[in-house]
Amino acid sequence: MLSRVAENLYWMARYIERAEDTARLLSVNSHLMLDLPGRLPLGWAPLIEMTGSREAFTARHADFDERSVVHFLCADTDNDISIISALASARENLRTTRDVVPREIWEEVNQLYLNVADHVENGVSPRRRDNFLKNVIRGCQTLTGLIEGTLSHGLARTFIELGRQLERADMTTRIVDVRSASLLPQNPEELLPFENLQWMSVLKSLTAYQMYRQQVRLRVRGPDVLRFLLQDPNLPRSIACSLETLGYELTLLPRQDRPAATVSLVRADVVDADIQALAHSPSKLHAFIDELQIGFAAIHATLSATYFVNDDAVPMATTPHQSQSQHHAGDNDND
Amino acid sequence: MSQVNWNNYACRDYYDELMAAPGQPRASAGELCNMLARFSAEELAERKTAAEIAIRTMGITFTVYSEGAMIDRAWPFDIVPRIIPASEWRKTEAGLKQRVQALNLFIDDLYHDQKVIKDKVLPAEVLAQSVNFRPQCVGINPPHGVWAHVCGSDLVRDGEGTLYVLEDNLRIPSGVSYMLENRNVTKRVLPELFASGKILPVDDYVANLYDMLAAMSPRPGDEPQVVVLTPGIYNSAYFEHAYLAQQMGVELVQGSDLVVDDDDVVYMRTVEGRRRVDVIYRRVDDEFLDPEAFNPTSMLGVAGLMRAWRAGKVALANAPGAGVADDKVVYAFVPALIRYYLDQEPLLPNVPSYLCMFEDDRRYVLDHLDELVVKPANESGGYGMLIGPRSTKETREEFARLIKANPRNYMAQPTLALSTTPTLFDGLAQPRHVDLRPFILSGPEIHVTTGGLTRVALIEGSLVVNSSQGGGSKDTWIVETDDNAAAAAAKGA
Repeated sequence: MLSRVAENLYWMARYIERAEDTARLLSVNSHLMLDLPGRLPLGWAPLIEMTGSREAFTARHADFDERSVVHFLCADTDNDISIISALASARENLRTTRDVVPREIWEEVNQLYLNVADHVENGVSPRRRDNFLKNVIRGCQTLTGLIEGTLSHGLARTFIELGRQLERADMTTRIVDVRSASLLPQNPEELLPFENLQWMSVLKSLTAYQMYRQQVRLRVRGPDVLRFLLQDPNLPRSIACSLETLGYELTLLPRQDRPAATVSLVRADVVDADIQALAHSPSKLHAFIDELQIGFAAIHATLSATYFVNDDAVPMATTPHQSQSQHHAGDNDND
Repeated sequence: MSQVNWNNYACRDYYDELMAAPGQPRASAGELCNMLARFSAEELAERKTAAEIAIRTMGITFTVYSEGAMIDRAWPFDIVPRIIPASEWRKTEAGLKQRVQALNLFIDDLYHDQKVIKDKVLPAEVLAQSVNFRPQCVGINPPHGVWAHVCGSDLVRDGEGTLYVLEDNLRIPSGVSYMLENRNVTKRVLPELFASGKILPVDDYVANLYDMLAAMSPRPGDEPQVVVLTPGIYNSAYFEHAYLAQQMGVELVQGSDLVVDDDDVVYMRTVEGRRRVDVIYRRVDDEFLDPEAFNPTSMLGVAGLMRAWRAGKVALANAPGAGVADDKVVYAFVPALIRYYLDQEPLLPNVPSYLCMFEDDRRYVLDHLDELVVKPANESGGYGMLIGPRSTKETREEFARLIKANPRNYMAQPTLALSTTPTLFDGLAQPRHVDLRPFILSGPEIHVTTGGLTRVALIEGSLVVNSSQGGGSKDTWIVETDDNAAAAAAKGA
């Protein structure tokens, strides 16, 4: 498989997962806002910090008010991490490689983008938001199901899976981070009565509440939820589960030593984490999540170096972005 | 929609491909015309819809660049095929092979000894002013001495029914995928007529293309790594690039997928690592092929590709520089080139041409601008042309200025009364002008497609068949008529 094709499939999957998880992230914050009493100053600004887009946001908005933040993360086409931009990027990545996947997958990606583009401006209003976010999540899940049910096991599927799992692990840590230092007041006593509520919101936004009840069989408590989301080997959206799948997919590829070693290191961090300590200190949790995200970036870097660039000795022949007029060059005998 | 009635078919003014006269189909088209006339209006409408659905589901598209955006359009297609009797086609095929053989000898000569100029068959100034002559190619010996591996020659028929060669496309001719897909669509839409077995198949093209490319490999013996090089999805022929790669089972690559190392070998970047590439069917223009050798700002090409080609480490189809022979001024010399290189009389006629570089011709052209078609030497796709009988005084004056300023760049031909063929509009068969582009593959052997791509000017009276300018296409049938079949059977026995 061409490196470019592998890279496009990988990014297509990352962007689809990113759109879905951004919808989940907004959903957990919306629910927390509704559930917490007014005297607790929970805001929208941390979502911007969490998605690493402070600079882009402040260039466009003066205040971190609800409408600005939600619009920025859903509908802003100039913001390249918004849901609409992620879906547009997924579509562009698949456009050049659609020949390697069943036609229906391309049609679904195309449809998903067009649907969301049609509804996003209205969808960000508080009344319609929940429904809009659910539709984004459902659309992404449909696509994932279609890939699962129709794409042959092979290189294309492996690179899609690598992209999806890495993005999912990354975004899940960001969702857990909603519960960490940057979001909530430092005084734990004030928080105590609402602790269960907050963790329940996080579980629900990851569609993990029922699975938690079945698995843990205890009332919702911080340390148990954190252990479940970070370390549970069976929950599809747990960090450990994503990393496990990443490791497995890598065994299907040639020359996987370096990326596989990087995945193992990050996985060890997750499995060995002191959950009790993290659960009781928002700042420790936040620092730990930072560390994991650096690990995910390292996994991406080794994947890229091994499979996408893989010509360390040779300078790039061309730059990836081509001008429109040059695309037109060639086939002048056509028509 | 109404029913087709051949008695009302107005084909008196031009040679018609299917009808000898209103109500009188030609021998090769009898079966088709009778069937179409038997169809009820509903049935005809159904078949037309079936074709539209097939084109949409098969995803046959072409890309147009319009108002700053790229648009994927469904391929415009008419269900009534254009028919050529096999006996006539065999002669045409022989003529095309002869022509391409001479053209390849000519290109090879130009990049070596230039005997054709020393022997005064081609004026030196024609070569001196050719924009498609590539000094970078001088002295190179491509495999089998072939430069134009894939040639698309445009044929037109005049009022008398004679087939002429209008031009030869030797750079990166396109359209063959549509020829193949038109047949697939027609088989779905008019299956009854294929049962008789008289329509000759077209589908050996992709296999022949692959065999030709594979035979060029610089590493004979090993399984050759063949790729198709595309400028990318925004190119108007991207559909065809993807189609041919898929049908041949080879990688479709872009410039950024390839790299030339210090050993002058071309590699493609794959997830398994770098892999050697032996043969590149390139669909990128010469000027964009290699920023080291040509346009240094090109982002579509591969730096060092010419170096690799010159070193014989990779084969390119078509060879860079082959375009020197599809200059419209060079075209006028092709009959002379056939005589010079092959010592044969041309089997297919050229359209009579006036070269503005010659004073007598130029005077005639300037005096008859309102009757002639004037073409620049190096444009394609129907751009930059003057069609005399439909031109305004202002455009004629503009062309007179252009011709005087750069006579070498212009040639003129009489306006041909292009043949027509029945085309459906709301159930009515109406005559529309057509041309034909067969494709000729040159390797160790020469193969010509069975028929070619028939392009049709959908606008009434229009002569412009280009899809970017309101043209459509049709399936092309080479049909054994009963006489031929009997003769062939007798010969076989």
